[in-house]
Amino acid sequence: MIRRRQLLGGGIAGGAGLLLGGCDRAVQSALPRKILFAGETMQMGLQRALMDRDALAPEYRPEQRSPIFRANGTRDPGTPEYAALRDGRFADWRLTVGGLVARPLSLSLTDLGQLPQRAQITRHDCVEGWSAIGKWQGPRLGDVLRAAGLRDAARYVVFTCADRYGGAPYYESIDLVDAFHPQTILAWALNDRFLPVANGAPCRLRVERQLGYKHAKYLMRVDAVASLDGIGKGQGGYWEDNVDYDWYAGI
Amino acid sequence: MDAPPGTVIRRHGLGTRIWHWINAVAIFVLLGSGLGISNAHPRLYWGVYGANFDAAWMELPRFPAWITIPSSYNLALSRRWHLFFALVLGFCLLAYMVWSLVDRHFARDLRLRRRELTPRHLWADVRAHLDFRFHDPARPRDYNVFQKLSYIGVLFVALPLAILTGIALSPGMNAAWPWVLDLLGGRQSARSVHFLCATAIAAFTVVHLVLVILAGAGNELRSMLTGRWRVPPDGRVDAAADPLVAGEPR
Repeated sequence: MIRRRQLLGGGIAGGAGLLLGGCDRAVQSALPRKILFAGETMQMGLQRALMDRDALAPEYRPEQRSPIFRANGTRDPGTPEYAALRDGRFADWRLTVGGLVARPLSLSLTDLGQLPQRAQITRHDCVEGWSAIGKWQGPRLGDVLRAAGLRDAARYVVFTCADRYGGAPYYESIDLVDAFHPQTILAWALNDRFLPVANGAPCRLRVERQLGYKHAKYLMRVDAVASLDGIGKGQGGYWEDNVDYDWYAGI
Repeated sequence: MDAPPGTVIRRHGLGTRIWHWINAVAIFVLLGSGLGISNAHPRLYWGVYGANFDAAWMELPRFPAWITIPSSYNLALSRRWHLFFALVLGFCLLAYMVWSLVDRHFARDLRLRRRELTPRHLWADVRAHLDFRFHDPARPRDYNVFQKLSYIGVLFVALPLAILTGIALSPGMNAAWPWVLDLLGGRQSARSVHFLCATAIAAFTVVHLVLVILAGAGNELRSMLTGRWRVPPDGRVDAAADPLVAGEPR
């Protein structure tokens, strides 16, 4: 009796081990992987169905901010080009707005500061699990895109950065729902100061209804595109291209 | 006596059986992938924010590769598994609850009666458990009081709270349903509660498996597959009569 129980107990543990190994093998074959990765589409569809297009991410009071705002990912792009811009206090930095727009723009830090501003105290949620709260300020991406005149074919906005990953610039992308969301801003200030280098100086994206890796730092270009195919490896971002992260990072 | 010892009765309805097995797979994947996700930042906080510079109330161990999904550190794939099976868990639980309310499974089998909650009855049931008697011989089909309490706890507290705290971790859902965050006292509190719910569900699963083995794994397993369950003599488990040992009941 006891022996049989031990066998059963061992059987359950062994079975669990086999199942765990099976999960690893499953994602290596095409169909299970396709089904599993469809979870992203389902999550996005559900969330978009449940939220208003302009539903706001929670905003917080000044005293609820994190004492220290953790920086993550690249803390300094470290390229000679970026070092030169930083040494010149970003006076020579320009944000190029192009792609499928009627009027391409080249915006300086001063230009960004002269557009209508939005300031928001929001929570930054890293995909790893931690959260930090800070105050961000900058023009709305929607206003910048309207000034550039988005063409009808445009479906996504691609952000190209000064920091390099695996030999190519970091990039990210969002769709037009998030691009024209009232809290999606090109932030140049964190907690009432110019962005520190570790947090993406001189300008980073804030896309408050998604996880941290979507909030591209060290912005250099903003391009409207019809499709994400042919950009990088076609998945819409560095992490999406190279390590299977979800393009829609709303959860 | 509605079912004398040795007779085979219909124990679990079709809805319960289907849900049980889908849910078992979902729980297995969610616990394994959840441990993988935990390894990305194994610190738990209370409140709205929390990162490395803030005080953690709990520093979790690094979970070894053999109990995580996938079995090597890969946050992206752990998330893929977790977020797919979160939908499986949530919608199947919803369907099961609707089904069980409509066909009165909950009302019939999980409702606690006042007499079951008297200290005398509870104590008697503790002693019965220690004696490996899990069924009242007079009503062998009924769950015992600890069974009811643990099923109620897992169905109506741990699983719904795990789902709600999971929803609270989504920045998209925070915009859609901000009341969830308010209810739970902030995202990092929700993350801590999410982990505690997972711990409770894991503990339930272990106790559940141990009791299935003690109650006669073959008979119990068959009742969750085909619905048919053989009533043990005097409420006590009869190992010789277990189909794993004895084959099909006479």
